[in-house]
Amino acid sequence: MPIPMKPLMAAAALLMSSAMAQALDVRAGVLRVDYDALLPISRYDVRPDDLAFAGAALADEDNATTGSFLGHTYETVTRAAPPEEAAAAMEALLADGIRFIAVDAKASELTDLADKAAEAGALVLNTRAPDVGLRSDQCRANLLHIAPSDAMKAEAVAQFAVWKQWKRWLLITGSNPEDRALADAYRRAATKFGATIVEEREFEDTGGSRRTDSGHVMVQRQLPTFMQGTESHDVVIAADATDYFAAYLPYHLWTPRPVMGSAGLRPVTIHAAHEAWGATQFQNRFEALTRRHVQEEDYNTWLALRVLGEAVTRANTTDPAELEAFILSDAFELAAFKGQKVTFRPWNGQLRQPVLLHDGRITVSVSPQEGFLHQTSPLDTLGLDEPESDCTAFQ
Amino acid sequence: MKHLALTTALLMSATGAMAGKAFVSNERGNTITVVDTESWEVLTEFDGGNRPRGITLSPDGSLLYVCASDDDTVRVFDTETYEELYTLPSGPDPELFVIHPSGSPLYIANEDDNLVTVTDTESHSILAEVPVGVEPEGMAISPDSQWVVNTSETTNMAHFISTEDYQIKHNILVDQRPRYAQYTSDGSRLFVSSEIGGTVSVIDVAEDGTPTLRQKIEFEVPGVLPEWLQPVGVKITEDASRIFVALGPANRVAVIDGASLEVVDYIMVGQRVWQMDFTHDQKYLVTTNGNSNDITVIDVEKEEAIKSVQVGQQPWGVAITPY
Repeated sequence: MPIPMKPLMAAAALLMSSAMAQALDVRAGVLRVDYDALLPISRYDVRPDDLAFAGAALADEDNATTGSFLGHTYETVTRAAPPEEAAAAMEALLADGIRFIAVDAKASELTDLADKAAEAGALVLNTRAPDVGLRSDQCRANLLHIAPSDAMKAEAVAQFAVWKQWKRWLLITGSNPEDRALADAYRRAATKFGATIVEEREFEDTGGSRRTDSGHVMVQRQLPTFMQGTESHDVVIAADATDYFAAYLPYHLWTPRPVMGSAGLRPVTIHAAHEAWGATQFQNRFEALTRRHVQEEDYNTWLALRVLGEAVTRANTTDPAELEAFILSDAFELAAFKGQKVTFRPWNGQLRQPVLLHDGRITVSVSPQEGFLHQTSPLDTLGLDEPESDCTAFQ
Repeated sequence: MKHLALTTALLMSATGAMAGKAFVSNERGNTITVVDTESWEVLTEFDGGNRPRGITLSPDGSLLYVCASDDDTVRVFDTETYEELYTLPSGPDPELFVIHPSGSPLYIANEDDNLVTVTDTESHSILAEVPVGVEPEGMAISPDSQWVVNTSETTNMAHFISTEDYQIKHNILVDQRPRYAQYTSDGSRLFVSSEIGGTVSVIDVAEDGTPTLRQKIEFEVPGVLPEWLQPVGVKITEDASRIFVALGPANRVAVIDGASLEVVDYIMVGQRVWQMDFTHDQKYLVTTNGNSNDITVIDVEKEEAIKSVQVGQQPWGVAITPY
């Protein structure tokens, strides 16, 4: 039974709600799907146990500090599950009352997980899957994409190549479905920005030549012959989403050319040497908390939860539908150590963000490149623009 | 020589000729460049510690304080001999600070630790550590010394700290990545720049110090992408008729009319303009240009850039003597 409020108290309460933020408890989840995988080519790419979760821990700290001035608290529950147990893990998070879930999974699991969340009115933030279809005909109204799409990453590389006047590309593709999808993104990027793919070759995944047991000896003999007798080209573009050959390309070509894409100059959301635009502070905070360098999935998860935190701070609500509407509106903006604000595309729920081009040590360049213009935002020169996306879920 | 002239000459030599000096911290060069504010000649360049950023002077201009960010300390130099006298405890990674009009304490933003450290410049001890938002940066003090304002770059707030008990009494949300805060000389208004938000928030301050967000000023320059209009340093003339805002990679300083709060002009300066300071008579405004390694001198009355002077590597901040 409601307690009758005295007039003075009622007035005070009204005043507070209009002038001040109300106390809110924000609970979020991070669901990471762990797939069986071979060892990466490079030991630098071994996935730490706390991958993605470490980004969540930092985001919780950042959000909680801000929240402490507003009476907002943050708690994030993290779950790791193999693909066959991912649905149960999502159900457990939803049963726990959580309505914001950052999901680190491939598209094959992500769509089902997002649909399960939709039944509970929950919002899902995709921190991993790069599939272009998820931003087009496979989009979901409760699914926002923090991770850049293959299209955004391929076009970030393409703009730099074109800016360099390296317009004749030799495209080397892996034989797995993800590799072929990435190759499609590079073909579209070439067409979009006026580069020419002079020749394509597929490097078949036969399951050999990994780093151990002198795999490099075989690579040194095999790769140059594979790369013999190509059409004249300025640059080699590697489409190896499954990480089995591209890393070997740079010094094992027949014709000496720069390599870009899955090796050489790679498009990334973050790397541990990124310092510009205040990122040093992010790196310092992350390393102090986790005792290791940041990886992309950490940053993507941090960013997903910062999007949530910023929306709660500004919109003063924990209602998923209200928050999503705010996130997709013009009023939403967030600083993410990229030199300009990151915002969302209202037509497909994709986060707009600059893409770093990384050579393994430094930031070589950042796309979009100078001179690539767009009527809305230069960031919309990367990835699916409104007319290019078949997504209708947000209309 | 007449008696009066002799006395004047003696007086001048005793107080060190008293030509004004601009001290520029060079973030990447790890040096401080000293520029004569009459001839605009570089007088010298001396070692400023590792990653010198925030820079300010004691009220009488005799001591130079430098946030040596990577040394986790504030270095103190003699402004005549350029000798390092001592260091002050600052807390980790000091970036920007503001000095009490009496000369003590210093209020220092510790970027990595979400703290404002209050350091007594006489006893060389820390008086207080105030927890603030994520990535504290901008620091301002109200003319009546009752309030210190800190801006936090990731929390996106201006925190109003009482100088009496070091408690935060008010928080105002501003746009993304607030970098700098500056009160008008009568204390009735506070301006806060938001680098990534691309705006300057105008905050009205009541008699008792209570802040209210009045409006946000936006910028627009034909031919410059809106993304590059990134407000950082803010300086306000004594009469509050003009507010100057450094616009970072837009390579311009915006001139805002203090009454209408409209942008009336943009002055071209060097590349990536960040911080600024007035000469003591407010005839000139000096800007640090991080990417062109120079400073620009602006004639305040004409609102024109009149000179650029090469300094060290990546100039960050500037402090000018009160004479």
